[in-house]
Amino acid sequence: MVVGKPVERVDAFDKVTGRAKYTADMFPENALIAKVLHSTIANGMVISFDLNDALKVPGVVKILTCFDVPDIQYPTPGHPWSTEKKHQDIADRKLLNTHVRFYGDDIAVVIAETELAAKRALDLIQVKYEEQKAVFTVADAMAPGAPLIHDEKPGNVIVHSNYEFGSFDSAITEQGLIKVEGTYHTQQVQHCHIENASSFAYMEGDRITVVSSTQIPHIVRRICTQALGCSFGSIRIIKPYIGGGFGNKQDALTEPLNAWLTTQVGGRCVGLFYTREETFVCTRTRHAMDFDITTYVRPDGSFAARRIVAYSNQGAYASHAHALVANAVNAFRMMYPVGAIKGDAYTVYTNIQTAGAMRAYGIPQIGFALEAHIDDIAARLKADRIALRQKNMMQLGYVDPGTTITCHSTGLQQCIDKGRKFIHWDEKAKQYEHQTGSVRHGIGMAIFCYKTGVYPISLETSACRMVLNQDGTVQLQMGATEIGQGADTVFSQMCADTVGIPLESVHVISTQDTDITPYDTGAYASRQTYVCGMAVKKTGLSLKRKILEFAAFMLHKDVSDLDLKDSWIVHTVSNEKLIALSDVAMEACYSLTNSHHIAAEETHHCSDNTYSFGACFADIDVDIPLCKIHVNNIINVHDSGTIINPLLATGQVHGGMSMGLGYGLLEQMLYDPKTGRTLDDNMLDYKLMTASDTPELNVQFVEPSDPTGPFGNKALGEPPVIPVAPAIRNALLNATGVAVDSIPLSPEHLFFEFKKAGLIK
Amino acid sequence: MDKQKITFTLNHEKREEYIDPRASLSEVLRGEFSLTSVKHGCNVGECGACTVLIDGETFNSCIYLAIWADGKDVLTLEGLSDVNGNISDIQQAFIDEGAIQCGFCTPGFIMSSLPIIESPRTFTRDEIRKQISGNFCRCTGYETIVNAIEKTANSRHKAK
Amino acid sequence: MYDFEKIYQPKTIEQALKLKAEHPEALILAGGSDILIKTRSGKLAGSTVISIYGLDELRGVCIEDDGTILIRPLTSFSHITANPIIAKYIPVLGEAVDQVGGPQIRNIGTIGGNICNGVTSADSASTLKAYDAVLEIASVDGIRILPYAEFNLGPGKVDLHPNEILTGIRIPKDSYENTYGQYIKYSQRNAMDIATLGCSVNVRLSADCKTVERLRIAFGVAAPTPIRALSAEKAATGAQVNESLMETVASNAILDVNPRTSWRASKEFRMQLISELSRRATRAAVEKAGGKF
Repeated sequence: MVVGKPVERVDAFDKVTGRAKYTADMFPENALIAKVLHSTIANGMVISFDLNDALKVPGVVKILTCFDVPDIQYPTPGHPWSTEKKHQDIADRKLLNTHVRFYGDDIAVVIAETELAAKRALDLIQVKYEEQKAVFTVADAMAPGAPLIHDEKPGNVIVHSNYEFGSFDSAITEQGLIKVEGTYHTQQVQHCHIENASSFAYMEGDRITVVSSTQIPHIVRRICTQALGCSFGSIRIIKPYIGGGFGNKQDALTEPLNAWLTTQVGGRCVGLFYTREETFVCTRTRHAMDFDITTYVRPDGSFAARRIVAYSNQGAYASHAHALVANAVNAFRMMYPVGAIKGDAYTVYTNIQTAGAMRAYGIPQIGFALEAHIDDIAARLKADRIALRQKNMMQLGYVDPGTTITCHSTGLQQCIDKGRKFIHWDEKAKQYEHQTGSVRHGIGMAIFCYKTGVYPISLETSACRMVLNQDGTVQLQMGATEIGQGADTVFSQMCADTVGIPLESVHVISTQDTDITPYDTGAYASRQTYVCGMAVKKTGLSLKRKILEFAAFMLHKDVSDLDLKDSWIVHTVSNEKLIALSDVAMEACYSLTNSHHIAAEETHHCSDNTYSFGACFADIDVDIPLCKIHVNNIINVHDSGTIINPLLATGQVHGGMSMGLGYGLLEQMLYDPKTGRTLDDNMLDYKLMTASDTPELNVQFVEPSDPTGPFGNKALGEPPVIPVAPAIRNALLNATGVAVDSIPLSPEHLFFEFKKAGLIK
Repeated sequence: MDKQKITFTLNHEKREEYIDPRASLSEVLRGEFSLTSVKHGCNVGECGACTVLIDGETFNSCIYLAIWADGKDVLTLEGLSDVNGNISDIQQAFIDEGAIQCGFCTPGFIMSSLPIIESPRTFTRDEIRKQISGNFCRCTGYETIVNAIEKTANSRHKAK
Repeated sequence: MYDFEKIYQPKTIEQALKLKAEHPEALILAGGSDILIKTRSGKLAGSTVISIYGLDELRGVCIEDDGTILIRPLTSFSHITANPIIAKYIPVLGEAVDQVGGPQIRNIGTIGGNICNGVTSADSASTLKAYDAVLEIASVDGIRILPYAEFNLGPGKVDLHPNEILTGIRIPKDSYENTYGQYIKYSQRNAMDIATLGCSVNVRLSADCKTVERLRIAFGVAAPTPIRALSAEKAATGAQVNESLMETVASNAILDVNPRTSWRASKEFRMQLISELSRRATRAAVEKAGGKF
């Protein structure tokens, strides 16, 4: 059995030799290049273009503007489509936009024979705008008299949702409650996958093919049909290896425009490769969110009533819109599901870069706010920070009243125990009491829960196909995508064990091609090992049954006496090897009397969900005069159920911790408050952590087998990012007594906080 | 612009090529020689995905004019495998240590690790981190990359 | 493909100077880590450039007969750090340029380019200022010698005439002899970053290491150009080596600076750093010189 083993990645060799092909590596020579003209105002209308000089640039083939595109508004987020109109995504943009809604909006495209010609032409296009006042913050966008960003949403609020479980108002009348309030802010950050948004498109016959760096090929196909107003069958999406996505590529980015562009030049191949700067500004970002949290707590630390109001800054276009902040306020409820709970959430259009999906989908935001708030409560009560959490946190068997998602397994307590031990919490807590001096030490921790996949909020469906080769090996095809997280490898492991063949006998087809690949919605929501893993299991069992049926025919035996183990047909009871799988496969293919091409394809329509859990513990130094935090020691401990591949799982946690450290300490997207222009649209100014900024990352797992997972497993890909920023923030509070309620904890931010607290004169 | 001849060593072989003097080395390596391990992640020398060795030193080939390679010795990731396709110890270490995820930054990291593993002196983990700090990775948190480099450097030192 | 109108590739300094005289508008392309990026972004697109990267006669470090250290401008940051003369006599310069960008940038970036683009954040600048570097500037008309102290005219502006090329950076023996220096780069990241503030201090102590004979201190990003803090230097001269020295240097240094608020950092935060880095760099330099606190 290979499930649970640290087997090497199936794509490792290709990736260390440069053989692995990414979108740009497949771009044909002498194809055309498209470059997008982006607006230089944040809000207003394009009145006209002067293209005369641009069209004179040698090599320019065509210039298309917002006045040329189909008059169709389409949605971009990578959600499963809903056939119910009220659940459908918001269609609020065109391929190029006349109404400009952020500094960098797409307004025209140059198609040229070379990149240089396209760039020269871009510089020569003259644009006349009618500029309107722009609003960049939620408060400004919600203020009376704010400019209207989308006609369909007066007041700029896309959605306001609320819930109440128990009666908040009556719960707070209980005698002796202590009220703790806090306001927390999280910033806008970017995914920073190293491969930029990239695609190219061409036509064959009257069909359009788009090769793209996407997490969601089947969804992108649907979005292209909507954007162009064409049929499903006329679009084909091919997804080769992709250089990271982290949720940004869970959105249609360059593809719809690219699909249309090839139709405008007679089907010639057109490439649309975003630069790093464009990837920063013109793709998606993590939503900045503000949270007002109030907790009424009893002196013994139990929560009587909790209240949250959340505001999410959507930016210019809806993309995934309200789904993220809704996810955030739900997690607020789920993590500590005690007492009366009341929540409100707003998603608001503004004139900044569009926000969308990013690793853990709203939960790093609430994770910061909530876990900071828990430490604030502990400080107020002079209570033990860990005990306070343990008293109120989700327990086995919990059923969320809002979503019905049930806690089928939990190792959260063990996660806390392991982290506490690793970081020497109890000794350090004593050691770090009553500090003075300019460099101080602190310990902090945070916990989280995270659901697995999107059921029941959205559809969860996944298909898998397995084809038996003549040599007894299996081609494995998934609609689910490899985006670096190791999906191809874990699916191969699952396939091997389910069918009864060694891992080397599984040939996973990494590339998705919507003409060929079974349907799946793609890589997001940490869903694939759970939802698609079940599709692998079902398909594997189906393939195995077909193989055994053919073997039974060959051996003149009853199929119930046969099993498939290690590529041999064996007797179920005696384990006697009866015939090699390769012999069965050969006969099945070439039999003159009973040729039978053995293949299986199954859909798993998932209608369950489960929580994964974890904790981060951090030990830091704070150099007060230099306003810098140094992480001495940090660990994430995760309960993701059974770990399918410890080597890859550990890597996922490392990456998430690193992203969480960047989120907590350094990263933020900055814009010019006058114009809305992004200031740090490159990797020099945007402070993605280098190897020299990253501490040694420690990882442990606890593995309660989850009864609903295909192999006892549950969500892992996204969660590691969640608890890191609040753990650091809480360690800072422990070290200095300064409760900082917004991130990143960057030097200048700390400077003003330390000044306010009197630590710096 | 008129093309210009450059003569250089590329992955151990002498090459002559007529190139546009405005071209970056990365464009020439990818375009004229199909060496697609050389990745473009920023085109401004920030991400390190296009790192190659020139006369034994690491350079971002995206901000290195191809004409400057005239007379030089250029090595890309493709030059690390032998003629039979056998990979080098550092590549194997990246596999074994799980230092690969999406793989896009991997070629650049392996190239940046060469001056470390080929150095006669021992690098601490912090020194390894400094030597790869011109390469960004968003997937791994660098932990396993440092492990792979450290392991390879150690085994080379032991072998000496 | 870089959008150059024209690119010249001289084979000798003489050819380069002749080309620069004929094309005064042409940009000098040394390592390119500044100009190529601006060409790509469009800021310098369509320029005529003269690539001097291939001029090996402009590379290297040597000691002249009078003990002056001569650094040729195309010497890369990594070669300066690795150079034995630098390591022996002005190790702080090697340490300072070892904090530029990342390894690849230090292999392509040149010290001449670093100071000629005139930005206040240049990591080599404060140390070169603090060591009274002297520049050798050439044109077809001959050689001009200019103290580096007079070179920066404003942000991104230096005293280089349209027909001139920087050909040498000299540090006189008296500047470096028996001095010990410390550079502190303060930035958000430990690599691939621009200095929020840079501070370079060097000191010469009395024979008994109890008195400061001479202290020099220069900053990057503490003003629109790299600057020396002359009041701090004056106040420190003759001072005793004790804890109050740091206060003397820091309290005077803040009189000499004029940091700006930009989106990268506020003036207020930079003032905090000027004060704190002055102290830390002074302490470290004095300790290197044998002083004890």
